[in-house]
Amino acid sequence: MCLGVPGRVIEINGSMATVDFWGVRRQVNLDIVDEPVKPGDYILNHVGFAIRRIPEESIAETLSLYETLMKEAEDDAMAADVRAEIAGAGRVS
Amino acid sequence: MNGARLKFRDPELAKSLAATLAKLVDDIGRPVAVMHVCGSHEQAIAKFGLRSMFPKNLNVIMGPGCPVCVTDVPEVDEGVVLAGNGVRIATYGDMLRVPGTVRSLSDAQALGAKIDVVYSPAQAVDIARKTDEDIVFFATGFETTAVATAAVIVSDPPKNFSVLSAHKYIPPAMEIVAEMPESRVEGFLAAGHAATITGTAIFEPFVERHKLPVVVAGFEPLDILAGLVELVTLIRNGTPRVVNAFPRCVSREGNLNAQELLWRVFRPIGGRWRGIAHVPNGNLRLRDEYAHVDARRKYEINVTALWDFSPPQLANQCICGDIMAGIRNPIDCRLFNKECVPETPVGACMVSNEGTCKIWHLYGGVPDLSALEVAS
Repeated sequence: MCLGVPGRVIEINGSMATVDFWGVRRQVNLDIVDEPVKPGDYILNHVGFAIRRIPEESIAETLSLYETLMKEAEDDAMAADVRAEIAGAGRVS
Repeated sequence: MNGARLKFRDPELAKSLAATLAKLVDDIGRPVAVMHVCGSHEQAIAKFGLRSMFPKNLNVIMGPGCPVCVTDVPEVDEGVVLAGNGVRIATYGDMLRVPGTVRSLSDAQALGAKIDVVYSPAQAVDIARKTDEDIVFFATGFETTAVATAAVIVSDPPKNFSVLSAHKYIPPAMEIVAEMPESRVEGFLAAGHAATITGTAIFEPFVERHKLPVVVAGFEPLDILAGLVELVTLIRNGTPRVVNAFPRCVSREGNLNAQELLWRVFRPIGGRWRGIAHVPNGNLRLRDEYAHVDARRKYEINVTALWDFSPPQLANQCICGDIMAGIRNPIDCRLFNKECVPETPVGACMVSNEGTCKIWHLYGGVPDLSALEVAS
């Protein structure tokens, strides 16, 4: 539940960002993140809120764990938490 | 264990870190116990079979790192009472099966209560906006998750929305474990993403008070191994301090914006954590300014009406509390994987994906060494 999931910001509309998570686009709230976020940045999403902008030099390293997890079966606990974190972001209307 | 699952991004580095860890524990020359306080750490340790790489004399214990598991029985009862009184409850899926005194939310649902599973507090607000019914967001989670609840509370939610906060604050629980006379824990591995919010500075007074080192670590198998190397080095050298082994996500001061939001909305109060103890300042409740969004003040919640005072059946054999305090392991419990399985959990540790028992059930907590293959 505290794992969070990184995603790439596609566009920003006020306090909401459209974020891509491995091809799934969702809405993430920017009220909590403490740095300016722009399209192309990676953020860490937790329950629908960006809690951190991931520094550029750390993106590849951060993504690698999730790359492994995204390939896991539905019943894997860590993978399920990651999917739940993606589901926590709002649907793109 | 499934050998194919044991993948490391850099198997050579993993082996080298494991060798360093073994050397450090050898230097110390006696058994060493350390504690992490994060369900995601335990998932990674179990999933990647890390315990089989730890030196025999190093015991890595999962502490009270599962917010759903430490949600106390009367807190579940509050949700069950509200649901029984016709209030629609929105909550995280893990909360449904957590046993209350008499019934869980899932039982209440079977009796006709309306319960919506959400993945974000914002989704609970969305439900409230689309209905005239009263919606209570039954909020659980540590400070990382509480910040998100705070964000929706300050964003002028509709009048039919309120929050039943079971949010917990982890630093005071570390104090409790450090003060337990039977605890042999010599250092803590703190959770990376919670520290993203709080920063590492929050642990400095703790280290000062207890002379126990704290290392903030990430969730990759390599992050955890590297974090343990840092932690055991501090133990060996007798130099307790805070080390940030996850600088790509964590800073000393943390996310100040999030901290301001958290403490603007919540105040810490003492309360029981299931199976652990009364934790001073361990529970997060809404401040008076947000009384209009506080379900505890909006509704009269009489949990005693729910109690039938019959003696608990299997639950009194559950050792969840000792497991979360790091004194015993799931395999020490006579119910584990017998009467207590994820489909019919007896204790809260078997409910959540972050509970020690559920994780050990899924992955096996102490994997067979012969199954270890460091795949590339």
